[in-house]
Amino acid sequence: MWRWLHPYAKSEATFALNQKILPWFLIPGLLLTAVGLVWGLAYAPPDYQQGESYRIIFVHVPAAIWSMGFYVSMAIAGLIALVWQIRTAELAVLAIAPVGAALTFISLFTGAVWGQPMWGTWWVWDARLTSQLILLFLYLGVMALYVAFEDERAGGKAASILALVGVINIPIIHYSVYWWNTLHQQSTITKVITRFESPSIAPEMLWPLVVNIFAFMGLAAALVIMRLNNELLRREIHRPWAQKVLNSGDKENSNAV
Amino acid sequence: MAGAMGIFVQIVKRDLRVASRQRSDLLNPLIFLLIVVSLFPLGVGPGPDILARIAPGVIWVSALLSAMLGLERMFRDDFRDGALEQMMLLPVSLEVSVLAKIAVHWVMTAVPILVIAPLLALLLNLPMSAWGVLWLTLLLGTPVISAAGAIGVALTVSLNKGGALLSLLLLPLLIPLLIFATAAVEAAVSGLSATGPLALMGAFLVITITLAPFAVKAGLRVSVN
Repeated sequence: MWRWLHPYAKSEATFALNQKILPWFLIPGLLLTAVGLVWGLAYAPPDYQQGESYRIIFVHVPAAIWSMGFYVSMAIAGLIALVWQIRTAELAVLAIAPVGAALTFISLFTGAVWGQPMWGTWWVWDARLTSQLILLFLYLGVMALYVAFEDERAGGKAASILALVGVINIPIIHYSVYWWNTLHQQSTITKVITRFESPSIAPEMLWPLVVNIFAFMGLAAALVIMRLNNELLRREIHRPWAQKVLNSGDKENSNAV
Repeated sequence: MAGAMGIFVQIVKRDLRVASRQRSDLLNPLIFLLIVVSLFPLGVGPGPDILARIAPGVIWVSALLSAMLGLERMFRDDFRDGALEQMMLLPVSLEVSVLAKIAVHWVMTAVPILVIAPLLALLLNLPMSAWGVLWLTLLLGTPVISAAGAIGVALTVSLNKGGALLSLLLLPLLIPLLIFATAAVEAAVSGLSATGPLALMGAFLVITITLAPFAVKAGLRVSVN
């Protein structure tokens, strides 16, 4: 693990790796988003019960899935930062947090817009809505703790610790809120993984949704990579390698700067 | 291990002595708790049915908020006068000192709450059959607040504006506690068995007491540079 991680403790190496993998997330992300949204919003059949308004699922579900997924990835980065004292991993925590918070907000907002015609209310204190709201608070806590420190290094470490404490709490919060109150429908897709059941959604709707799930992952990951690279350049602006990147201004680098 | 135990006892004694000389620091959160609880009947109306219905939630939310007020004291003075650095230099692991700090904080803040809990239940017209369970939830839940709170304080102790930030960091993490505490009391009010939620609270207690010191240690290492 250490041998594999060690080279990326150097900002320069991480930057180069990021530049290499960025297109592999950005381009499929953009393409899949275009395909998935057009397919889902225009060509998928309307729901027999919910009519056209169900189409918001194509934004809501991917955002909700990755809001959790990115929190876990943030905590993994935090663990790497604390255990192996790798500074670039601290920066990764800070690169992921706002993207994850934005995904959480998107899932909450689209959920409210969807809930209005379906349940007749913008907001209910239902289990999954509530745990999503708490997730947003956790993201905000990580971001607020980082900016509260004047020393960026200490702030990054503190935020990593908080991300780790939060990830231990997420399952506890999730299930406690779940027992507390449930109105939201059961998950239709993730139960394939968690409970080995077949998805209870028509295949014509499932496929555009799957496309969108991967599209959101690609786009959000690309955003994280770009944020991380910008932060690396900003921190090391006086170092020769950063000067070289900034002055070269060639096409490969221009999308990150 | 005798050394670790000795240092634990020494820190407990010292902190109890320090705390007993700052009585207003200890009284203020308690008065805050009483005032918040007495605001609710004024806000929602004095009907005994409504009050009995919201009593478990009101008592627990108020207890959480008043705990946020007093938490900062756990490491703040030691951080300012350098005692914290001495604790980190002790020949025993820092977790021992952290546990001692958590224990003293619990004795100084939670025990008074446990003492006035029946008064709060009386003010809010909680049925007497549920008093025992309310008391048990406070007994099991307040150490969790102290231990999880120590993590937040350790992370924010070097900041000048720690107060509001502390609530932002801690309250989301303590939501499961609130849910199960109120569930237990409500079960007792409606005559059901409260052992399930109480058992879960016991599990929270064990998890936080055992794991929190490690996170506190990491947090203190960041704050004390």
